[in-house]
Amino acid sequence: MDDLSSLIDPAATPAGDDPMRPRPFRIARVRKDLADTFTLYLTALDGAPFAFRPGQFNMLYVFGVGEVPISISGDPADPAVLVHTTRAVGTVTEAMGRLKAGDVIGVRGPFGSPWPIEAAHGQDVVFVAGGVGLAPLRPAILAVARHRERFANALLLYGSRTPEDLLYRREMPVWRSRHDIASHVTVDRATGRWTGRVGVVTKLIRSGGFDHRHAVAYVCGPEVMMRYAVQALDAVGVTADRVYVSMERNMKCGIGLCGHCQLGPHFVCRDGPVYRFDRLGPLFDIWEL
Amino acid sequence: MTQRTHRGDTAGNDAAVLDRDGLAALIAGLSAAGFSVIGPRIADGAVVLDEITDIADLPAGWRVDQAPGRVETRPADPDAPPHLFDTVLPAQGLKRYLYPPRRRLWQADRDAAGGWHLSDEDAQPPPALAFLGLRPCELAAVAVQDRVFLEGPYADSDYAARRRRAVLIAVNCTRAAATCFCASMGTGPRATAGYDLALTEIPDPDAPRFLAEAGSDRGRALLADLPQRSADPTDRAAADAATAEATRQMDPANGGRAMIGDVADLLRRTLDHPHWDRVAERCLGCTNCTLVCPTCFCATVEDETTLDGATATRWRRWDSCFAVGFSYMHGGSVRREMSARYRQWMTHKLAHWHDQFGVSGCVGCGRCIAWCPVGIDITAEAQAIAASEER
Repeated sequence: MDDLSSLIDPAATPAGDDPMRPRPFRIARVRKDLADTFTLYLTALDGAPFAFRPGQFNMLYVFGVGEVPISISGDPADPAVLVHTTRAVGTVTEAMGRLKAGDVIGVRGPFGSPWPIEAAHGQDVVFVAGGVGLAPLRPAILAVARHRERFANALLLYGSRTPEDLLYRREMPVWRSRHDIASHVTVDRATGRWTGRVGVVTKLIRSGGFDHRHAVAYVCGPEVMMRYAVQALDAVGVTADRVYVSMERNMKCGIGLCGHCQLGPHFVCRDGPVYRFDRLGPLFDIWEL
Repeated sequence: MTQRTHRGDTAGNDAAVLDRDGLAALIAGLSAAGFSVIGPRIADGAVVLDEITDIADLPAGWRVDQAPGRVETRPADPDAPPHLFDTVLPAQGLKRYLYPPRRRLWQADRDAAGGWHLSDEDAQPPPALAFLGLRPCELAAVAVQDRVFLEGPYADSDYAARRRRAVLIAVNCTRAAATCFCASMGTGPRATAGYDLALTEIPDPDAPRFLAEAGSDRGRALLADLPQRSADPTDRAAADAATAEATRQMDPANGGRAMIGDVADLLRRTLDHPHWDRVAERCLGCTNCTLVCPTCFCATVEDETTLDGATATRWRRWDSCFAVGFSYMHGGSVRREMSARYRQWMTHKLAHWHDQFGVSGCVGCGRCIAWCPVGIDITAEAQAIAASEER
């Protein structure tokens, strides 16, 4: 039966395009944003540009420590630099926060579904952000800014715990003056010389400033904040089919194979993280799903 | 057996009859061709899949019985028909061969410039394995894992390479364990697809033999080389009767086990059902069910660094949705309650798998029932939820 050796498939495992192997990027610059939040500017060691769509994320690897999913915060029109704003909340992100310019970080991605900003063409576009949830919305805001004429009103409703937790505070005035993207900001608790609004972000939704019949909302923040934001949007007439949210789950692979990010039938890493809210539907309200 | 013929007898006919010499020739031929033959054998008081080199390695004279929370391996009754494959299912299926429990993903080394780089992997082909004695439910499980690992937007190249090389030789079931419910899942007791060769053991004391059916070109090539005779209607009738007996044993009318119909829709609408709490009172969260399940595919990654910090290795390892840390995010785990974790496993398996992969994640092998230390029974839990809905 020697001829049966031809039954053995001779192919070896190709290692080149393995989506589990990180690409090395050099940290070009580190910017400290807040006490616990920092932004990394990365360039690929091989110099290749990094194309992505707003709302997508990468798996970022810190040598010898581990890997975490982090949304991309940069400008999709500038693929030469990969930008990630990260809050240090665990072992890997804390180690990441100690990295310096010149260090090398591993990148796998981009993964996941994008914010479909084209859904708001010709309509009012409303960004609703909570805390560091502004970071995944920034690429969408920049994309709207670039093609501002395609949208009617553009508005950012942003809430954080304290004034010290507000992200991109220097950029917001630029978005307003150069791109006519207004920012309404509120904090849960006023500190220092804060003279702005105090209260939860849903209050800003109720204050309006957009045409609820012709508006599309993009919401990102802690799950409980998104829950109330979606309710408030619905209450003022922005129905769930015009509301997009970005979900967060434990992720180990980013490619729908490790099973960790499941939310009912969804693999959040692959089918999400961005969902039109009505497609997530009642799953959002089920305990510990 | 009489009328023994050689090559070419099965041309235009995918079925033949092998006697035990024919089976021995199959094992020898696969070995000679460079395959490691993996089949059921007795080890440590249980039936496991392991390398076999001879027909004598098969668990002839042994019988396995399974019940909720119980697996018993014992010598067959002295007057039992002469089976080679009366051991129902090995503790674990071939998942661990196609999708190893722990696999190195890559290794990286620090370099002088303060950076690091990934080592080039030596792209060794995986071992060429021929699996002998796979049950139809296990073939179905391979088909399920094919959908998971090969047919999504991202394929697992290691699984793909192992899978391409694997020869699958099924043995149809002529007896069902008390935990088996493949008939109700449409995956057995007789294999209909996915095999290179399928054997049905006909334990005729006067002429113990196998009806052998080829299901692929590779299977036809294998079969053509074996000492055999063509199958006659008597052989086919004997094989049909033997597998029909397993179906009969699984019929609830005969005290057998079955999954309720429409279980996917039932579970999709009962995610808030109080029954999840009642299962949680019994479930230990031990992860046995996910480890023995032939379709469970969840994995985590582990990072390992040398003491000098110069080399980091990333491993992939099987994980289980029953672990609290499985759903961990900053701030805590999503599924802290046992009820939520059991619900995740059962609804994924029986309902959401359909949405994800167009097929049930359960093949009815019953391993999760047998290997559960407290005997939790997925078919009974589904029935309990259905019954409470009717009340």
